[in-house]
Amino acid sequence: MRPSIINEVDVTFWIINGISILLLLLITAAMLYFVFKYSKKRNPVPENIEGNTTIEVIWTIVPIIIVLYMFYISWAGFVNMRDVPKDAMVVKVTGQMWKWTFEYDNQKKSDTLNLPHNKNVKFEITSQDVLHSFYLPQFRVKEDAVPGAQNYFWIRTAELGTFYATCAEYCGLNHSFMYAPINVIPEDQYEIWKNIMPADTTKQDSAMVTPVTTSDTAGVKTDSLNSGAKKDSVTKETPASDIKQTDTLKK
Amino acid sequence: MANGTIAVPKKAAEPDFYHVRTKHTGIWSWLLTTDHKRIGLMYLSAMTFFFLAAMTLGVLMRLEMLTPGETIMTAQTYNSFFTLHGVIMIFLFIIPGIGAVFGNFILPIQLGAKDVQFPKLNLMSWYLYMIGGILALFSLFIGTGIADTGWTFYAPYSIRTTTNVSISVFAAFILGFSSILTGLNFLTTIHRLRCPGMTWFRMPLFVWAIYATAWIQVLATPIIGITLLLVILERAFGIGVFDPTLGGDPLLYQHLFWIYSHPAVYIMILPAMGVVSEIIPTFAKKPIFGYVPIAISSLAIALVGYLVWGHHMFSSGISDTSRVIFSLLTFIVALPSGIKVFNWVATLYKGSIEVTAPMLYTLLFIFIFSIGGLTGLTLGALNTDLHLTDTYYVVAHFHYVMFGGMGLIFFASIHYWFPKFYGKMYNEKVAKIAAYWIAIGFNTLYFPMFIMGYLGMPRRYYDYLPEYQIWHVISTVGSWILVSGILIMVFNLVKGIRSGKPTTANPWGGTTLEWTVPSPPPLENFDVIPTVTTGPYDHTKLHQQLRKEYKDQQKTEEGKN
Repeated sequence: MRPSIINEVDVTFWIINGISILLLLLITAAMLYFVFKYSKKRNPVPENIEGNTTIEVIWTIVPIIIVLYMFYISWAGFVNMRDVPKDAMVVKVTGQMWKWTFEYDNQKKSDTLNLPHNKNVKFEITSQDVLHSFYLPQFRVKEDAVPGAQNYFWIRTAELGTFYATCAEYCGLNHSFMYAPINVIPEDQYEIWKNIMPADTTKQDSAMVTPVTTSDTAGVKTDSLNSGAKKDSVTKETPASDIKQTDTLKK
Repeated sequence: MANGTIAVPKKAAEPDFYHVRTKHTGIWSWLLTTDHKRIGLMYLSAMTFFFLAAMTLGVLMRLEMLTPGETIMTAQTYNSFFTLHGVIMIFLFIIPGIGAVFGNFILPIQLGAKDVQFPKLNLMSWYLYMIGGILALFSLFIGTGIADTGWTFYAPYSIRTTTNVSISVFAAFILGFSSILTGLNFLTTIHRLRCPGMTWFRMPLFVWAIYATAWIQVLATPIIGITLLLVILERAFGIGVFDPTLGGDPLLYQHLFWIYSHPAVYIMILPAMGVVSEIIPTFAKKPIFGYVPIAISSLAIALVGYLVWGHHMFSSGISDTSRVIFSLLTFIVALPSGIKVFNWVATLYKGSIEVTAPMLYTLLFIFIFSIGGLTGLTLGALNTDLHLTDTYYVVAHFHYVMFGGMGLIFFASIHYWFPKFYGKMYNEKVAKIAAYWIAIGFNTLYFPMFIMGYLGMPRRYYDYLPEYQIWHVISTVGSWILVSGILIMVFNLVKGIRSGKPTTANPWGGTTLEWTVPSPPPLENFDVIPTVTTGPYDHTKLHQQLRKEYKDQQKTEEGKN
């Protein structure tokens, strides 16, 4: 079993920022202490100190070790991120102004991303027009959608529930409305959905869609860097309703 | 409190540069001047205007973000606002900022020179700056409206949008020339016009910082110039350099853009670091801790800063190998900045510290800039960046580094050199109140953005999911506090210029050469070019004097007892 990308990103984030907070506190405490202790009033005669080579060497070497350690842990996580498991299913993602289209291995297309539970999924990402960035905040990963090129990343759908994808690279007027729901559903239901869905459920007139208002994205579950909340919602929502949701997009 | 180690012959009642008779009078004595001091002040006036304009745009954007959906403006307006806010702040304020204003006014005096090496070129740079600035604003009022691309002008969107991208881009192109020529001028001045005895390692650290910056300006800016020209050509004739439908490559644009724009980040921050190295010794009354490491770290930043542009592109699809190399180099470039911070704090040790307004801004800078620098580490890290890049985390990070770094030190510089500029003093108490107000507003405004970014709020979003609203509200309230602080500061300074108390040549007890000439300085600064015999932060004479005073005081106290 591969380590969880979500977990690795969060752990790296907090290790680096933990060390950073410690450094910040040290610097600030030293600064405030000196300003207080050696104020003009308390210390009228300053001392003529021009430097100290030993100290300079120490505070060069120690930070080098610290940043190399930071680099190492982030690199280890990165290697896992880029090394797609061989069993990963592939979903082709195409960005355009201003929506996402998902193409499955049976060539069927949808603008909702339905994924089987407990699977490794590789996204092959490209764009039809300008730059976009395929961003899954709850999975802690993004990669740009570049016209004429293909980028990739992979995730593991470890938890059932509804998530969302959005665009993180500025792409014009409705950049902030490029949400796409992601439903992670049990594998058997996913197979049914994949087989019964029509060949293309995406809206054809997508190039100039009217902006999706925020209330329309309310169906997208969003408060969910909290994984506890995710599980709760899964037990309540039947995945079948998600399937219906996609069916309504039928022509 | 004149420094005994520097020989400064003084003549009585020489008119200062405001009152000296020149060829031209009235407005022309400014518009046709070649005096580095007047040019510095002209930059300051223009920059104050541009800064306040872009600040207003920022405040309006924050107001729009108060509620999800439309609050006060449409998406198109919002997109244009963040573009114009970025273009003005970056190209008209942060990049030229400290160099053009304080570099022009102070640097020649710190070197013991009468002016910069090429005074006429200096004036021309100011005109180029003004033309660029006016063009950027001009795009507001004509044709299809302000560019809506973001200040990065990423292709192919910048090629395809119908807005006035070409004008904005051309403005940035012209501003680039202003920057190159200013850099060239400072480089030559530093090489050729140092006064007798001013060896390289006796130069003030502000000069070192400007020197490192000027090299970046001269070497990196041509790259953005040609890149922006290509954008214009591509828009006009479809030459197909960046647009993939014409056989171009959008990543090529990003490479070229960041090969300049990352070093440009150091054009923005290095001069500020130089000012910090001036202010701290003056108010700690002792030499800077680690002069050579600080000077060398400026050069190291300038050098390594060239090699890390790829960290802006970790998610763009560049190869994994190059991502690893760029990430490693990014962690390395963090070191010299860290070393500077350590040296500044160490300078405070066993000093005799007076927390005046410029010193207060500087201490606040150390705290805020450290947050900015340290949060950059998670953005330079390979895996966390893929979550955090292009979110509010980045927005928070660069406002902490740029505004908290260059911005706060620009404010500190004005307060520090204000007596030299105008021969008058502002109200110290009000200046400090403004500084605290600014610091509180700043953190209330930008800190919530770190949280939003970590939670997944992408940047450049006109609309957002309701769960983020609480953070947006806090942030918007912060913008009101920050702006009121800035306005208090500006009014206090304007009042100081109009009716401040007259001051002396050296009100702070500074040891660099600008404090040996009258405030404001005469036309050519020095009657006789001075000769320097010590390092820039030599306080030994002062220390002797203070020690003597201290002993005398103790004796009199003993006598009393």
